Amino acid sequence: MTALAAAVEFDRVSKTFDGHRAVDALSLVIHPGEFFSLLGPSGCGKTTTLRLLAGLEQPDPDGGRILIDGQVVTERRPYERNLSMVFQNYALFPHLSVERNVAFGLEQRSMPREAMGPRIRQALDLVRLDPDTFGRRMPSQLSGGQRQRVALARALVLEPALLLFDEPLGAIDLKLRKEMQLELKALNRRLGITFVYVTHDQEEALTMSDRIAVMDHARIAQLGTPAEIYENPRTAFVAGFIGESNLLEGTVERRDGDGWLVRMDGETIRVPHHPALAAGGAVRLAVRPEWLDLFRPGEVPPGENALPGTVRDIVYLGETIHVLVDRPNGRLIRVALRNEGQLIKPLAWRRGEAARVGWLPEDAQVLEDA
Amino acid sequence: MAGGRPLLRRLARWADRPATLLAPAGGWLVVFFLVPLLIMAAYSVMPRGTYGGVETGFTLEHYRRFFDPLYLDILRRTVVLSAVCTALCLVLGYPVAYLIARSGRWKNLLLVLVIVPFWTSFLVRTFAMIFLLRDTGLVNAVLLRLGLISEPLILLYTPFAVVTGLVYTFLPFMILPIYASLERMDGSLLEAGALLGAGPVARFRRITLPLSMPGVVAGCLLVFIPALGSFIPSDLLGGAKQMLIGNLVQNQFTAARNWPFGSAASLVVMAAVLVGVVAYLRSRDRAPGGGV
Repeated sequence: MTALAAAVEFDRVSKTFDGHRAVDALSLVIHPGEFFSLLGPSGCGKTTTLRLLAGLEQPDPDGGRILIDGQVVTERRPYERNLSMVFQNYALFPHLSVERNVAFGLEQRSMPREAMGPRIRQALDLVRLDPDTFGRRMPSQLSGGQRQRVALARALVLEPALLLFDEPLGAIDLKLRKEMQLELKALNRRLGITFVYVTHDQEEALTMSDRIAVMDHARIAQLGTPAEIYENPRTAFVAGFIGESNLLEGTVERRDGDGWLVRMDGETIRVPHHPALAAGGAVRLAVRPEWLDLFRPGEVPPGENALPGTVRDIVYLGETIHVLVDRPNGRLIRVALRNEGQLIKPLAWRRGEAARVGWLPEDAQVLEDA
Repeated sequence: MAGGRPLLRRLARWADRPATLLAPAGGWLVVFFLVPLLIMAAYSVMPRGTYGGVETGFTLEHYRRFFDPLYLDILRRTVVLSAVCTALCLVLGYPVAYLIARSGRWKNLLLVLVIVPFWTSFLVRTFAMIFLLRDTGLVNAVLLRLGLISEPLILLYTPFAVVTGLVYTFLPFMILPIYASLERMDGSLLEAGALLGAGPVARFRRITLPLSMPGVVAGCLLVFIPALGSFIPSDLLGGAKQMLIGNLVQNQFTAARNWPFGSAASLVVMAAVLVGVVAYLRSRDRAPGGGV
């Protein structure tokens, strides 16, 4: 990776709107050809980060540098950055046909008309829109999904090195969205263009991305592969934003071998080693519902951690069944059990039953913000 | 109370039908627009009464008379002055509309300022124009004081004065529809244009201007058509030399007491406007990318 120049580099970039920090000293590196997602709740600064990269916003004075392909672009105009962008609301020109929308960027680059035709057809083919059927239609005659494809073709036709997406699938219905997600990922692989994708949908980010930057309060909360982010969240925010997590608080007792012993709900449990832990200190753990299991009191296998509780409710979700367990402190733990067919093998748990919530020590993540 | 509810609901249901909703305005138009129009059409083909009004009979004499060079000259002047007025309103109004559409929280204040002139009578405003333009008026006084001219310019009772009055009167009708179409425009279209390589000039020419065309067309119609029929600015600011169709029609109904000829003249202008507008709108709809 180090041999290649970074496709994109943010070097302590800051942006302030009316005294409000939208992006705060953000640094990150995006590799060539990567599918990179900026993920976070609304107002976290992800869209501003994308717009700074596009040149639609300027960083604060002394607000750091942005590099594309090793070149500082902070002073360059949007169209001098060799990138294209797909907007949230498509931003198709309503007065131009599909063909003319796609041709817009080529015309601005003064490409001769004869050369344009094949390029436009190629771009429309790439997004799987038949040029003969759709070329002459107006944007108002297209469905949301078709408009999205036209917007994508308009961006791709310029053969940019970098393609930016601002929540492009937000307005499309679920089934089509899933289809487009896979298509976008395939396009990214096939064309070798670096994709930078802004979304607030964690599932979308997990599905498509090579790496994800989870943003919160104008900063990157965590950056990593989908598996790293999902399986090893560093903060309570990341654990809660990506998928579901149970947050468990306890007090560190002492070092024990390669881990630590922690006092929690009157039980002693084992947690993996983490540099932030110290005897007597507080600790917060995140455990995914699907990594938890339910046992009868006295039937917990050796080596598993277990907390006492009472079954409060059982939620049938199809693929999984969630059992909500009351802890002695009144907080809930959510346990996801695989549904093995209720009609053949009904769940053995009833409301009000005493239970033990168990997990393997290595399945709990020690969070940094205890 | 309990008995009143169903009645009220029935009344509400009755009032919510298209026919009920259209009836008041429709009735108004029939009585005060369609009927007078038909009366005018009838008068225009009837012989003239000696002391105004008409006599029974049928004649096309009034239409024949309108195509006399004297009147055609008035028609030509009216069309030219109205066109000049429309063009000036467009040139002056577009930047204002553009500015207002982009002025954020000042938007409403600026819109009110555009409409403020309507708070005083149109006639009073036109009289005020006389005080500005006459030989001893404000414009000449300032120019003389500045030493830019040595004797007063003749401004009043010229085509210049008429066009000035027309533009002053109709400018808001140009600004408001253009503003409305610019205000509706999605700002991300310009950003998309910028990313696709269009600089400020290209963005205006290829995105903003075409998307504001419905407003431009509406504004031009809203200025050109009333300007064609106006008579107060030309009467007060143009004097007898700058007679427009509006003045001719007004004269025929008042001083000349020739109601049929006045009717014929206004119907000819009306027909010409109608044909022109329909032809224009049709050509727009047929043009590729039209019909916005």
